[in-house]
Order: sequence, then structure tokens, then C-alpha cells
Amino acid sequence: MRHIISLLLENESGALSRVAGLFSARGYNIESLTVAATEDPTLSRMTLVTRGSDEIIEQITKQLNKLLDVVKLVDLTEGAHIEREMLLIKVEATDGAREEVKRLSDIFRGRIIDVTDRAYTIELTGTGDKLDAFLQTLGKTGIIEVVRSGPSAIARGDKGLHL
Amino acid sequence: MELTGAEIFVRCLRDEGVEYVFGYPGGASLHIYDALYKQDEVKHILARHEQGAAHAADGYARSSGKPGVVLVTSGPGVTNTVTGIATAYMDSIPIVVFSGQVATSLIGNDAFQEVDAVGITRPCVKHNFLVKDVKDLAETIKKAFYIATTGRPGPVVVDIPKDITAHKTEYHYPKSVSLRSYSPVTKGHSGQIRKAVDLILQAKRPMIYTGGGVILGESSKQLTEFVRLLGYPCTNTLMGLGAFPATDPLFVGMLGMHGTYEANMAMHECDVLVAIGARFDDRVTGELSKFCPHARIVHVDIDPSSISKNVPVEIPIVGSVDNVLRDMIKLVKESKQRPDKAALQAWWKQINEWRSLECLKYEHSDKVIKPQAVLEKLYELTQGDAFVTSDVGQHQMWAAQFYKFDKPRRWINSGGLGTMGFGLPAAIGVQFAHPGETVVCVTGEASIQMCIQELSTCKQYSLPIKIVNLNNRYMGMVRQWQEFFYDRRYSHSYMDALPDFIKLAESYGHVGMQIDKPSDVEGALKEAFKLKDRLVFMDFITDQTENVYPMIAAGKGQHEMQLSPCHRDTSAERELA
Ligand SMILES: Cc1cc2nc3c(=O)[nH]c(=O)nc-3n(C[C@H](O)[C@H](O)[C@H](O)COP(=O)(O)OP(=O)(O)OC[C@H]3O[C@@H](n4cnc5c(N)ncnc54)[C@H](O)[C@@H]3O)c2cc1C
Ligand SMILES: Cc1ncc(C[n+]2csc(CCOP(=O)(O)OP(=O)(O)O)c2C)c(N)n1
Ligand SMILES: [Mg+2]
Repeated sequence: MRHIISLLLENESGALSRVAGLFSARGYNIESLTVAATEDPTLSRMTLVTRGSDEIIEQITKQLNKLLDVVKLVDLTEGAHIEREMLLIKVEATDGAREEVKRLSDIFRGRIIDVTDRAYTIELTGTGDKLDAFLQTLGKTGIIEVVRSGPSAIARGDKGLHL
Repeated sequence: MELTGAEIFVRCLRDEGVEYVFGYPGGASLHIYDALYKQDEVKHILARHEQGAAHAADGYARSSGKPGVVLVTSGPGVTNTVTGIATAYMDSIPIVVFSGQVATSLIGNDAFQEVDAVGITRPCVKHNFLVKDVKDLAETIKKAFYIATTGRPGPVVVDIPKDITAHKTEYHYPKSVSLRSYSPVTKGHSGQIRKAVDLILQAKRPMIYTGGGVILGESSKQLTEFVRLLGYPCTNTLMGLGAFPATDPLFVGMLGMHGTYEANMAMHECDVLVAIGARFDDRVTGELSKFCPHARIVHVDIDPSSISKNVPVEIPIVGSVDNVLRDMIKLVKESKQRPDKAALQAWWKQINEWRSLECLKYEHSDKVIKPQAVLEKLYELTQGDAFVTSDVGQHQMWAAQFYKFDKPRRWINSGGLGTMGFGLPAAIGVQFAHPGETVVCVTGEASIQMCIQELSTCKQYSLPIKIVNLNNRYMGMVRQWQEFFYDRRYSHSYMDALPDFIKLAESYGHVGMQIDKPSDVEGALKEAFKLKDRLVFMDFITDQTENVYPMIAAGKGQHEMQLSPCHRDTSAERELA
């Protein structure tokens, strides 16, 4: 099963490598990992997407909790949550493609954030599925560059992950 | 008054109550060594190799319960300690390793003797630190000791750049520290404990399986009371030996790959298994799919990640052994329910039948020295009261089987990592922790050569360690596997070109003996123990073909033990076949 694990980490240089090292040392898979500082500069928030049986996910959360840099941990997949990923994509936009790319971008509620006479750069936010669908629709031809952020996620409701 | 980082370092150790530091100097740690030179409260013990220093600190910790302290230089100093750190990590031993580092301005420049100490040690420490400001030094040291010794203990590395040891600041050693992300649980959940005690009292075929956690948690007394209160059989892992008195009739011996037949059979047949401070290691469980097929399992451990890692557990209790056992003892005493007498009697009858097989029996000889016989004699002559360190191999297993430990912290060996070379330096640490006590290092001719240089340390500090070298001219444990599973192709397991151990011991200034007749074993041991203030290296020339029995081979269950040839054709073996 796919799990989204959210962590509050000490915002220190070694913290990220401890988490990454844990996954490689124990053979757990990381599908994606995003991390940035929070409103409290001593903490960073990490969103980690992994896959595994219930037993493996249990070990992953226990092992993560053991790391001294991990201050709080929640498996968001256990409750209702919202997941978003951002895609930045540069696409060829010449001749007939120019109109077509803009139209597709509109349909997916993308925003064109940079324009040259040969290309558009589009920003698109959504679930991973939506981004996949957009990429599929564009087809292989014409894509110059793709940058995906990996998912960030947050629980629904009025409670937050805090100290 | 402002002190330099080096002076602060030494003051911190003093204020932490550190008596000994095991180390080896070098460029990056020179300021610290200079500060050590100027005082005499913290004593520095000079090893001959940083691996030796780390194992010595580890032996000190295992035998005393206090944290062991190591001080090494940057680069090769740190890389040489890695084996020692990993050894401590696998067995959850509290040591604090301080490593010198190149100056902060040089970090990342491939400077002379620079390695990423924090990076290299990350996978085998409980935690590690790089000190970036002298103002953080004292607090970091306090944290290091706190983390190493609390919860599930383990090694902590503190990497200190050279310039930090020269910078000055006010000295203040915090009395305590708290970390927002670290607060080890100690009390067990009362509801879970109640459930566990109910189940334990209902058992018809109970088994108590305990490990290193009982020793780490200083809970032998509670364990002994608990087991005796119930009258249930108790087994220890290799790491738990001594936690429950081996001479108590309720003790059924070690379990696992080279454990006793009765302990493993009782594991297999039990209906309630109480695991206490043990981690279901693969050397213990054998083939997991065959493990304890009838048992409902209670598991007490301070580390949640030890629970249900290899074997699913019905009643997990996260907490420290001493607290949980105290609560359990109280509940058992209060409970109106008593263990089922008739069922327990039948269970003991069955266990005693397994026991009567005498699975550790071996063929005696008056021509060639049997390694087991040396250890039986050693046990007898030291009255079970010595501190015994060991290396890794057959000799380690025989020591575990034949030396009956009645007290905790007397049996010092590397179980999780299985580090050859551990025995002698560990004995150094043990002897420092227990001056005046008998310290024996049981080793093999291959293992002893991995840290043989520490004989020099023993000379410098006049450590009267007694080395029992069971010299079978083979990496016996490797040879045994090649005999059983590789058609006797003894690939590179013969120890050729061995040194003359007598001369070797003598050249280091010690006493050397070689013993090759069974009739001389007792006399030699007695003579060695009479030399109270000398290190004696006893080189016992033993049977080359002896194997460790009984044994659970790979893929087999605990009930499928292979017995020694002197049991062949007994009823049990027929039953097994
Ligand atoms: C050649 C060789 C052969 C071996 N053969 C065997 C064998 O036949 N049988 C055998 O048993 N082993 C054998 N071993 C050792 C084996 O590899 C493991 O090291 C050993 O079984 C682990 O012991 P343990 O379960 O007691 O765990 P330990 O490594 O001692 O772990 C202790 C456990 O207790 C917990 N703990 C720590 N402190 C506390 C506390 N205060 N309160 C509660 N819990 C706490 C920890 O979290 C951990 O889970 C062998 C090793 C070698 C090298
Ligand atoms: C550092 C290290 N290298 C290799 C091994 C693998 N190993 C385990 S036991 C053993 C042989 C030990 O031989 P010896 O010390 O003579 O003991 P014996 O088994 O003969 O009693 C070896 C090579 C190990 N445990 N540690
Ligand atoms: Mg040998």
C-alpha cells in the first residue's frame, strides 16, 4: 500500500541524511520526498511517500520515530487528507501547437508562467494522477523539460501537526 | 573564567564522573591530549589500535553498566573505531566516542586526515553530533551521555573540529538536558500488563525467554523473583546469559542455534511465550515460519521497533524491564488465580525428559584436549565467578554452553555483530572496571590475532588477564560449516603459519604456556590463576575436528536440532529423523 508520512524534523543539516540513510540501509522504498522549513525556523516539514505491507509500514514509522531528529510523525493515509503536487513543464509552442498547448493547459487549469516565441512554461498543481494525465495528454513530442515537486500533503480538519 | 574547548572537554568528562578514557592521539586531538596531560582526574588508557580502544570502552560498559568513553583522532583514527562502534551498536551498549576533526574552515576540502565522521558512523550509532561552536560543546557532551545511557542504550559519536578545542568560552556543565524529540518510555501500559499477567497465569506450557535487555536494564533481581514466583522454565539468549542464574533448576539453558535441546523444544511446544528484553534474532528463532507454532506471545521491550519486527506479538508492552517486571510481580501476587499446578507438572516432566538427553554431552578423550573440557575446568576452578570475555567462533559457543553464569555482566561477548578481535581489548576494559577480579578471555587462534597488539596495552597497565586460547588450528566455526554444508571443502579456513604464542606472549612481557595433553589442563589453569599479577597466555592445543552441538541448521525450526554424534541412534534422534 502507498502511504504518505508527514514528519516534523529538526531543521539541521544531518536530519535529511538520517532519514534518507534509514530508508536505504533497511531497504525501504522512497517514492518521493519533499522537505522545507516551517513557520518555526527550527523545524522542517517533510512529506515522504513510500510503499509497503502493513508490517513494513509499521517498522518504517517505528524506525523513523527512533531518529532523534524526528520530532513528530503522522501517517496521513490513516485519515482524510489532501495531497498536492506541482508540475513545472516547458513545452514547444510553435505554429499549430501554440494554440493547442494553451487549450490543454486551460482544461487542466494550468497557468502559463513564461513565454518565448518557441515555448511555454506551464505551472500545474494537483494530485499526482492529474499531473500524470496532463503529461499523457501532451504526449511525448514537444516536451522540453519536466520538473515535479513530489507530493505535499496535509490532514483534513482543523487540527495541525505541531510540537 | 573562559576555558578552551579542550579544557572544557576534560572538565565535562570529570563532571560526568568519567574515570577512564580509552584512546589514541593524533593531530586533530592534540589540544585535547594537552589538556588531559595537565590534570589527573580523568585517566587516559592508551590502546594500541583505535579498534582496541573502542572494544575496551565497550567491555568497560558491559561489565560495569557505566558508559565507556573513547577518544580518537580524525581520519584513520575514526575509521579504525567503526568496527568497535558497530559492535556496540548491535548489542545496544552505551559508549561515547569523541573524535577529533579537521578545523571547521577546512571541512569539506579533502583536508589532511579528513573523513566525514558523522556520515561514516551514521548507520551504526544511536546518534551523532558535529560540534560547530565551542559554546555548544558542554551541552553536546551532556546530551551524548544522556542519549547513550537512556532508553535502549547505544553508541554516540561526537566529532570535534580542532579549532573548536582552541576557542574559548565560559564553562558550564548542565546538570540535565532534555530533547524535544527524545523521551524514552519507561513505565509499561498498565492495561497491557494486566492482560499479559492474565494470559501468563492461564498458561499450561509457559516459557520465559529473556535477553540482553534484562542486563542492560539492571533487572536480574526482578527477573529472578518473577520466574521463581511462577515456577516457569526460563531460557536466556546469548546476550542474556547471567540475567537469570544458570544453576537454578528453572533455567533450561541458552536457546537458539547452539542453545540446548530442552530450551529449543520448550520454545517450540510452549503455549504462552513471555519475551523480556530479547529481540527475536534469527539465530534464536530459526526458520520463522516454524517458530513457536502454538504460542500466544507477550513481548516486553523498551524499543517499540523491536516488537513485532520478526514475529507478530499478541500483547506488546513498551517499557523498561525493571518497571514492567515490578508491576507484573505485584499483579501476580495480588491475583487470585494461580498457575495450573497439574499442567505445570506435566510440562516440567516433559522438559525434564528433553533435559535427560544431556544435549551438551561430548566424547571425552585422554589423548587430545577437548575444548569443552577446558571450559568445564575453567568454570570449576573459578567457581563460576570470573568475568569471561570471548571472541567469535566455536570457542564462544562452548564458553556460552559450559560456563554457567549466575550473575549478570560477567559474560562479555559480541553477539549481534560477531566481531572477531573483540575478546582481548574487551577484557582490558573489564579489568579496569573490576580491578582485583578474575578476568578471563576465551579466544581462538584466529580471533586473537585480530587485536593481538593489545597485549602491549596489558603490559603497560599491568593487567593480569588470563587468556584461554582454544587453538584448533582452524577458523573452527567456518570449518564446521564447510564440513556440514560444503562437502568438507575447507576453503581458506586453515590457520597456517601460526605464531609461537609462548614466544609472542613473552616478547610482550607476559607469561606464555602451551598445553597439549588433557592431563595437563587442570594444572596449567591452576598455575595460571596462581600468577595473580601476571597476564598468562594459555595456548591449549585442542581437537581440530570438534564441532559445536547441538545445532539448528539454516531453514530448520527450533524443534529440528541436530545432535552431537555421541547421541546418534538415541530415541530422540530417531524421533527427529
Ligand atoms: C557465532 C554466533 C552464534 C550465535 N548463536 C546464538 C545462539 O545460539 N543463541 C542466541 O541466543 N544467540 C546467538 N548469537 C547471538 C545473536 O546473534 C544475537 O546477538 C542475540 O541472540 C541477541 O540477543 P537478545 O535477543 O537478547 O538481544 P540484545 O541484542 O541483547 O537486545 C536487547 C533487547 O532488549 C531491549 N532492551 C534494552 N534495554 C532494555 C530495558 N531497559 N528494558 C526493556 N528492554 C530493553 C532492546 O531494545 C533490545 O530489543 C550468536 C552470535 C554469534 C556471533
Ligand atoms: C572480523 C570477522 N571476520 C570474519 C568473521 C567470520 N568468522 C566467524 S567465526 C570465524 C572463525 C574464528 O576462528 P577462531 O578464532 O580460531 O575460533 P574457533 O571457531 O576456531 O573457535 C570467522 C572467520 C567474523 N566473525 N569476524
Ligand atoms: Mg580456531
